[in-house]
Amino acid sequence: MDGSVQTEDTWSVAGRTFRSRLIVGTGKYKDYAQNAAAAEAAGAEIVTVALRRVNLSDPSQPMLVDYVKPDRFTFLPNTAGCFTGEDAVRTLRLAREAGGWDLVKLEVLSNTKHLLPDMEETLRALKLLIAEGFQVMVYCSDDPVYALKLEEAGAAAIMPAAAPIGSGRGIQNFLNLGLIIEQSKVPVLVDAGVGTASDAVLAMELGCDAVLMNTAIAEAGDPIRMARAMKHAVIAGREAHLAGRMPKRSYADPSSPLAGLI
Amino acid sequence: MNLTVNGEPRAFAALASLLDLVAELGLDARKVAVERNLEIVPRSAYGRTALADGDRIEIVHFIGGG
Repeated sequence: MDGSVQTEDTWSVAGRTFRSRLIVGTGKYKDYAQNAAAAEAAGAEIVTVALRRVNLSDPSQPMLVDYVKPDRFTFLPNTAGCFTGEDAVRTLRLAREAGGWDLVKLEVLSNTKHLLPDMEETLRALKLLIAEGFQVMVYCSDDPVYALKLEEAGAAAIMPAAAPIGSGRGIQNFLNLGLIIEQSKVPVLVDAGVGTASDAVLAMELGCDAVLMNTAIAEAGDPIRMARAMKHAVIAGREAHLAGRMPKRSYADPSSPLAGLI
Repeated sequence: MNLTVNGEPRAFAALASLLDLVAELGLDARKVAVERNLEIVPRSAYGRTALADGDRIEIVHFIGGG
């Protein structure tokens, strides 16, 4: 033992407590088996899922819940593809019926080119969902002003995009993300735009409570290995954040004492 | 009986309830959610939910997503 006090490092959203700070998506994988293996390798406890019409022409096709099992992972249903508050509410009412829980991810998109959130419509949809008793984690822009409006409206978590969904560009605005982390009393998660492990480390070092990603793992050359890398990255970033980094200096400072030189 | 299921017009022999429709389509009721004419039908109510000609039914499930 090194004598330091080790308490379990957990985070909570909407009254649920989690140890893993990595939430993974379930889209874009080769198949559901690879998807399930990646979620396991990531150590994830929460996975995002989408809601779509069943394929009536082939009801025997594989189903997500047979591989990524709801008794192993907390499902976080999303509203991907919704462009209005009403679309989002309708989708999540169905998701609540399909899954039986009220923790959801709201995303109201503006256009299909950049998939950036329509924040005015997102805020309106959030209010509709809260009125119906949902616990809402909100995908949003990295705008601290809108982030605060979401929190004041009752968001369970603030989830700014690091960069556009699926772009893999990493955090584009550290200053804004830092301001959002500083002002928020609910969990802040970077959601979207992470490309590789270092992006996740930086998000966690900055003080995010967790990171949500899909494409960075699913489109990696070896998704299972990248899932493992992301698990370590999130832990490393979190530990560095808690440890507190050394100050940056303009000049060198020797690590070996200069006194006693022969 | 003519229904619109997931946007497709379809003809069925007489169905006593929504539960019969789900079975007729070969779906596992535990893995789907259903809307009838834009109203959610709780899974526990499938058996007592009668269908009418012209009903618009949406049957959805969870798939992979980010």
